[in-house]
Amino acid sequence: MEAFRQGVVVRPYERLNAEQLTWLDQASMAILEDPGIWCYNERAAMLFKSHGARVWEEPGGHGCWRISCPAGLIREAVGQAPSRFVLGARRPENRLLLDAEIPRVYFGSGSEANVWLETHLDKYIRAEDGTTERLIPHYTERRGNTALLSRAAKLCEFLEHLDFFIRPLNIQDPEITPDNHDVNKFFASLNNITKHVQAGLTTLEALPHVIRMAELIVGGREALIQNPIVSFIACVFKSPMQIVEDTADKVFAVVEAGLPLVISSSPQGGSSAPIQEAGMVAQIHAEILAGIAMTQMIKPGAPVLYGSVPVRARLDDLHDLYGCPEFNQYNIDCVQLARFYKIPCYSTAGVGDAKVPGIQATFEKLLTHLFMAMSGAQYIHYAFGLLDRTNTFCPVQAILDNEQIGKVKHTLREPKVTPDTLEDMVGMVRKVMATPHRLFARHARKAMHAGDISSPFRFESKAMEDKVIAHALSHFDEIENKPAPRLDPSVVDAIYESIPGLLPGLRQGR
Amino acid sequence: MSKKEVIEKIAFNVIQGRVESEDEGFDEGFQGQPGVVELVEEALKEETDPRTIVIDGLTKPMEIVGEKFEREEYLIPDMLASAECVGAAMDLLSPHLIKSGVESKGKFVICTVAGDLHDIGKNIVAIMLKGAGYEVLDLGADVPTTRIIETVKKERPPFLGLSALLTTTMRIMGDIMEGLEREGLRNTVKVLIGGAPTSQGFARQIGADAHCKDAFEAIHTLKAMTA
Repeated sequence: MEAFRQGVVVRPYERLNAEQLTWLDQASMAILEDPGIWCYNERAAMLFKSHGARVWEEPGGHGCWRISCPAGLIREAVGQAPSRFVLGARRPENRLLLDAEIPRVYFGSGSEANVWLETHLDKYIRAEDGTTERLIPHYTERRGNTALLSRAAKLCEFLEHLDFFIRPLNIQDPEITPDNHDVNKFFASLNNITKHVQAGLTTLEALPHVIRMAELIVGGREALIQNPIVSFIACVFKSPMQIVEDTADKVFAVVEAGLPLVISSSPQGGSSAPIQEAGMVAQIHAEILAGIAMTQMIKPGAPVLYGSVPVRARLDDLHDLYGCPEFNQYNIDCVQLARFYKIPCYSTAGVGDAKVPGIQATFEKLLTHLFMAMSGAQYIHYAFGLLDRTNTFCPVQAILDNEQIGKVKHTLREPKVTPDTLEDMVGMVRKVMATPHRLFARHARKAMHAGDISSPFRFESKAMEDKVIAHALSHFDEIENKPAPRLDPSVVDAIYESIPGLLPGLRQGR
Repeated sequence: MSKKEVIEKIAFNVIQGRVESEDEGFDEGFQGQPGVVELVEEALKEETDPRTIVIDGLTKPMEIVGEKFEREEYLIPDMLASAECVGAAMDLLSPHLIKSGVESKGKFVICTVAGDLHDIGKNIVAIMLKGAGYEVLDLGADVPTTRIIETVKKERPPFLGLSALLTTTMRIMGDIMEGLEREGLRNTVKVLIGGAPTSQGFARQIGADAHCKDAFEAIHTLKAMTA
């Protein structure tokens, strides 16, 4: 492959030793055999049956089949999944190279938040002296729509540390229906960003239209297979251990179309999975392996990501709790298990309970951004702009996350320690020690110009007033004033001619 | 190469911050080509007027470097690299300038006070002042008060720079001011102080002539003092 985004190749931090990995994998196999899977999709149940699983219909005629999978069946099927494949992009240099055996970390956006959080600065005057002025951030919520999704995609184009785009915002325009939801969300994304675009499907019927749209952009069916600028997410398992009817149909369709797919599972420790690390990881690993096995039974060699999104419940209200130690523990274990099976890992970081940008959001995000990058997960989603768990997308927060992720990536770069560099350094020490001032500053230039030296925090305040939000907002305004990387007008015309349901205003990015 | 071309190359290399041929510059691709030291030697061999070298080859490009720093195009290491170029050139040019009857901008004695080993800031100031055309006499770090007084008495510098990084050692500056007063030297020398814990207020309190927050302010202050 000629060009792809570099991400950052890390030396993975691992929690589990080899024995613990094996025990967890064995526990997952035990779960898949007994109690097995509750499958609400007949075609999927029969697929497992035809490959040797024990399948029977649950009494009561509710369209539920039980599947008991022997370990050998799962391991043999999963063994056919490719370790290495490419996620395409409109610009070749934005393609992603996923290789399960190389811990190259990419970060991207995610969720499908209903709310876009707008940031304003209000002027306040200090009551005590009547003169001291301060600009304080104030936030207003807007319902997500196609215009805002277009703006989010354009923003993400200009966030240099964002490697891929998963629509962070749900589109809720009055004209949007389940039937035209998918084509509009994919078009709003693809028309405003040249990086890889990934999303789930609202309806299976939209898949041929989305594929046609992507073909028109890259120049045909074969070109799309070579450069898959779109890929899909399927949460085929509803935890605990249930295969969902309509999502299973989507898995069949995407795999048969030959496009990459994330098999994602997101159990909540404390409600839909055990809260204990061992139990949570054994269950989610079982669910993901069964999903991946299904893709390989449909089409051996289908490109698939190991999609682990294990979360913990807050014990005061049973909502998801992302920015906590257990989240990292669960997720790091999953990265190791994906590596154990040599499948690229779709993982998660950057979510928290904070409702607005600030100290809490920074703490929650850094706790997971750093650890999950250290784990060596290939594809980390949810990492940009999310607040209030996954319910809000805030562009100013995305800008702050970009800065944070840039620093995390820089921290984890491969060390440049080789006999050659050390020879240079010894020479430098000798040279500087021979000067009167013994100052190395001048010799920092080479590393500085090579991009090896990081810059100070981009939104720092120089005086005794925190202006981080104000600086980030002004950076957002700069990006908003740049032109979006729109598709060629002739391609847009062709898309509008052949794909039904696209909103007319979206053509102009509105 | 003509004399004019050599001067232009000196100026270019000062901006690039290349002291010697083995240095890389701000831009890539110059390693191995003559740096400021080699070019000044060549200019002197060709009997170029040392004053022309100073004015056209060193002073004017340093002004450009200052502007680049102001625009944040250059960072401290770039600025220091250029200042070191000028310092190295001045070492070669000094004997020739004396012969031509040209004086430096003045002797500047600098040191970190007794009990304090921190010398990074002091070193940066020393390099920058040398680059700005002052004759810098650097006494080093942890310098006893008596030695500083003796040096002022012996060298009769118009300027004395004192540095301290610790709140415990900054008080020594007050002792030095008293020593200068006691020895009848206070009116012969302008005292500039600097270092993280020091301030304008502290300078006033001990009777120093100026407080400089960094090397650039020191250069501006000296310019104002000699205007």
